[in-house]
Amino acid sequence: MAWLLEILKAAALAVLIFTFLAVVGAMYGVYLERKISGWIQARIGPKHVGPYGLLQTVADTVKLLQKEHITPRRADALIFNTAPLIVAVAALLDWVVIPFGTGFGRVLVVRDINIGVLYFAAMASITVIGILAAGWASNNKYALLGGLRSASQMISYEIPLALGILWVAMIAGTLSTVGIVEAQRGGWFLFKVPPLGLLAAVLFLAAATAEVNRVPFDLPEAESELVAGYFAEYTGMRFALFQLGEYGEMFGMAALASVLFLGGWLEPNLPVWVWAALGVAALATAAYVRFSALRTVYLLRPITALAVLGAVLCGVMILGAVLGRSPVLPSLIWFFAKMFALVFFLMWMRWTYPRLRLDQLLNLSWKVLLPAGLLNLLLTGFLLTVAR
Amino acid sequence: MPKVVVDWLYVGVFAAVGIVLTVIPLVVVWLLAPRLSLPQKQLTYESGVIPFGQAWAQFNVRYYLFALIFVVFDVEVIYLYPWAVVFRDLGAFAFYEMLVFLLILFVGLIYAWRKGALEWV
Repeated sequence: MAWLLEILKAAALAVLIFTFLAVVGAMYGVYLERKISGWIQARIGPKHVGPYGLLQTVADTVKLLQKEHITPRRADALIFNTAPLIVAVAALLDWVVIPFGTGFGRVLVVRDINIGVLYFAAMASITVIGILAAGWASNNKYALLGGLRSASQMISYEIPLALGILWVAMIAGTLSTVGIVEAQRGGWFLFKVPPLGLLAAVLFLAAATAEVNRVPFDLPEAESELVAGYFAEYTGMRFALFQLGEYGEMFGMAALASVLFLGGWLEPNLPVWVWAALGVAALATAAYVRFSALRTVYLLRPITALAVLGAVLCGVMILGAVLGRSPVLPSLIWFFAKMFALVFFLMWMRWTYPRLRLDQLLNLSWKVLLPAGLLNLLLTGFLLTVAR
Repeated sequence: MPKVVVDWLYVGVFAAVGIVLTVIPLVVVWLLAPRLSLPQKQLTYESGVIPFGQAWAQFNVRYYLFALIFVVFDVEVIYLYPWAVVFRDLGAFAFYEMLVFLLILFVGLIYAWRKGALEWV
């Protein structure tokens, strides 16, 4: 009976994480993306459905549920219909090894698989199959080009991604995600063996951005040249499943990056004066935006809100340090703060950098990131074994 | 039950439940959405003109070249994982061995580079 109980537990957790991905990842991920895009472009973004437009994407989902499914006559119907499922399920499988925090006397992770990060990289690369299948089965020239571009890009960037992960595995001495976070109690891996940790983080983040097909590596979906790339032919809910897969994967990559380099759920272990300085800097930013020419821009409210939030956070941390509490805030808050900061960074990048050309993209992967990643590993190995 | 079995049982259950949960919205669509088939509607999109020929045609062979190089380096990365976990215990000897292994692969990369396999023309 033990295994039946485990299966039921696994099914319940799967439903929970899928709901999390659908609601936080896809619905509010799209909302955040539109809102942040709006702010960066001095627009307002969604504002009519619900307070601050918060129900916009819920309304969109309801609308998508009523849209007709069109399977083009000349498409390969079976592959065409299974492709979105592959992408969405692959994004769900990523989350098996992501640790959210600690609570109830254990680490809040679905399964602490002993090869966790390798498993994550493997599941993330399943998406390629779905995208290639979608592009091929649509029997549409734009979709085929988008699918092929996406496949070549994703396989090219899988190697820098793996090299970034490998560097972390070298420092932590384990492949388990929980083990990696525990190994960062002394300090984030971002600052380990400086500047090699930073280099590994940049490798990982660049490759992760390319893996989830986001700007500046969004050639597969280049809307101005390829309509929408591999999902040009998809309508209604199947299109939404692709979106779910994409945003689920993006949140997964952000979560893994925070686990690998930013200490996952661990609280930053900073002295009080650093928190005080950070709080003052946040308030100074708010005041500067408020009283300079920048106040006419729509960025006023979000920046003020973020700065005040940051100042409050610093105040809480200082208070906690004064009162002598060891983890001042629950671990879940730290995990989600780091994850959303990285998600925000990815969205910010979208409106900052122009799209690369295909040859530039492949050059960057094979001629810059791959040698840099390998040299990074060798140098770290040298420093930690021979030179010690 | 050994922990490894339970781990992969969870992964299997996640895949199964994931498929069920992604099919549910499709069933809802099947119940709610209109279905009206028109010949024009079933055409693939090609900038508004009637599609010319099949899309399943020949495409650039360069994609294949990149896939080949990818296979080489992906397998290499798999070999690096075990070393990365235990390299501290193995010490300097394992490092030199890995150096030789990577140097051979670097030669391969430089060969592919010089041959123009990494160029997108």
